[in-house]
Amino acid sequence: MADLKIRNLQKGFDGTAIIKGVDLDIRDREFVVFVGPSGCGKSTLLRLIAGLEEVSSGHIELDGQDITDMAPARRDLAMVFQTYALYPHMTVRKNLSFALDLARVGKQEIEAKVANAARILQLDALLERKPKQLSGGQRQRVAIGRAIVRNPKIFLFDEPLSNLDAALRVQTRLELARLHKDLQATMIYVTHDQVEAMTLADKVVVLNGGRVEQVGSPLELYHHPANLFVAGFLGTPKMGFLRGTLNRVEADNCDVQLECGTHLTLPLSAAGLSVGSTVTLGVRPEHLNVVSTGNGRMQVTADVSERLGSDTFCHVSCASGEMLTVRVRGDFAPRYGDTLTLDFDTAHCHLFDADGQAVAKPLQQAA
Amino acid sequence: MLTLKQSRRLQSLIIGALAWAIAAVIFFPIFWMVLTSLKTEIDAFATPPQFIFTPTLENYLHINERSDYFAFAWNSVLISVSATLLCMCLAVPAAYSMAFFETRHTKRTLLWMLSTKMLPPVGVLVPIYLLAKQFGLLDSRLALIIIYTLINLPIIVWMVYTYFKDIPVDILEAARLDGATTWQEIVRVLLPIARGGLASTMLLSLILCWNEAFWSLNLTSSAAAPLTALVASYSSPEGLFWAKLSAVSTLACAPILIFGWISQKQLVRGLSFGAVK
Ligand SMILES: Nc1ncnc2c1ncn2[C@@H]1O[C@H](COP(=O)(O)OP(=O)(O)OP(=O)(O)O)[C@@H](O)[C@H]1O
Ligand SMILES: [Mg+2]
Repeated sequence: MADLKIRNLQKGFDGTAIIKGVDLDIRDREFVVFVGPSGCGKSTLLRLIAGLEEVSSGHIELDGQDITDMAPARRDLAMVFQTYALYPHMTVRKNLSFALDLARVGKQEIEAKVANAARILQLDALLERKPKQLSGGQRQRVAIGRAIVRNPKIFLFDEPLSNLDAALRVQTRLELARLHKDLQATMIYVTHDQVEAMTLADKVVVLNGGRVEQVGSPLELYHHPANLFVAGFLGTPKMGFLRGTLNRVEADNCDVQLECGTHLTLPLSAAGLSVGSTVTLGVRPEHLNVVSTGNGRMQVTADVSERLGSDTFCHVSCASGEMLTVRVRGDFAPRYGDTLTLDFDTAHCHLFDADGQAVAKPLQQAA
Repeated sequence: MLTLKQSRRLQSLIIGALAWAIAAVIFFPIFWMVLTSLKTEIDAFATPPQFIFTPTLENYLHINERSDYFAFAWNSVLISVSATLLCMCLAVPAAYSMAFFETRHTKRTLLWMLSTKMLPPVGVLVPIYLLAKQFGLLDSRLALIIIYTLINLPIIVWMVYTYFKDIPVDILEAARLDGATTWQEIVRVLLPIARGGLASTMLLSLILCWNEAFWSLNLTSSAAAPLTALVASYSSPEGLFWAKLSAVSTLACAPILIFGWISQKQLVRGLSFGAVK
């Protein structure tokens, strides 16, 4: 069992607030990913959970027990560090067995557990080596193995893949996902890579400036971002944003006059907003279409295009100077400076009020 | 014009020659001391200095007759080793907290500690002498052990601190999460990783204690007198006897030189052990 409750957690360093009141529930066997821009406090939050940093105020509860002030050694959590932090003077075998050794587990049991972890992570041939004699990927696996042998209540990962090359990162990501299923373990994973967040997580926690912006499943966040920050942070290429004003508000639709001149009717209930208020329209690259001239809604100028073979991402600028990205399936090569006409998939557009909060959700949710 | 290869070669030749020259300058006094110790007093005074002479061991025999070398040497060993161990016991925890639990005051504390070394020892001679007398520690090994520990502590803490600073704190945090108590974290993770640096620190401390002369001359007379006191006893009362002084100095230096030379090999091995296996 591992049920983690975080209540109004705050942390400051030398008077500077870094974590500014976080509330979070993590349930047993969940794979939770903390994402956010660099410096937003992801690592700090993880280290607070681990007990490596002292909490300034608030509570952390594990399985109903308050662990806020408990020493890290007694929390029964295992952490995989970005730098791996293997014990350089010990062989891989000793690295794996160190925690069990400290816990005075019997010799045979230790051997069995080490052998098991070594088998899962394919470390059998490396057991007698020192960390210095391993490649980055192998060290990474030892670091994970060190956590596995302990069978901890929660696995904590701080950007464990960031020192691996791209191919190995993809492979290890899959292995981690498999490990989570096999071990039925609770895992908390910190990353600033949203692909890792989207692919691994049951639950994504988006952090920004020491606060939780939104919590939810990856697709929930993708389709229903609660605010401008989450909307802009998740998804590559980024969601495009256009400023505008509300023209008309009905129960189940509204009209928006965009600064770039286009007028849109959106199937959104903007109840609570008054006519004339400033809004921001958000639209993802896949919800914009290039249409043949004439019947589109907006004229834009083609900027550079990124042709990937399967898709083309056209960057375009609107009359107001705002930039959008359009995803075109297959190959498409507009000339730089060409005029294109865009159509909006209005059912999938997002609307944010002046404070950046999503004011209304798209009626349809299908991707 | 020199080719790149030739100029490289020339460069390494010049550097090599310089290194040898510096080594020769450093080594010369020791060489001269050993040489003089093998001369008769008359040869030792000769001008110009003689390089060719009939070597004799009479100085060493004289020393052996006049004083009990091994009693002095034993005092030196006891005092240096105890002071070094005591110093390490204090320095490791201090350096541990400063290196891994840094506060705003850590840097200042370190500087302050080092600055105490700037005080000339003679400035505190009288108070320390009186204190030693008060506690009945005059001419006792304990007095020297305590004083050596304290005067070397700043340098030793500083050195251990720099070695600890090189160790990523992640490794200690990993140990903490693995269930290690502070004691286990230090003894089973930190010290083994830092052992090369700790060994060189201990060697330095031994050398400093072994060669310390100010306090040993002022606080001991016979029972607790180390080798430095023995050497000093040859330099004053009956005028200067260069050859005998050289012989006794050679005897005083020999143990620490030999020990340093042996442990240097061990040190190099210890330092590279983790890296290459
Ligand atoms: N020990 C510390 N002392 C003072 N400030 C700190 C300390 N640790 C972290 N900070 C500050 O706290 C903020 C959050 O740091 P944190 O390491 O949690 O960021 P992060 O979200 O993990 O970023 P990244 O993605 O770059 O790892 C940063 O501004 C950092 O400067
Ligand atoms: Mg971080």
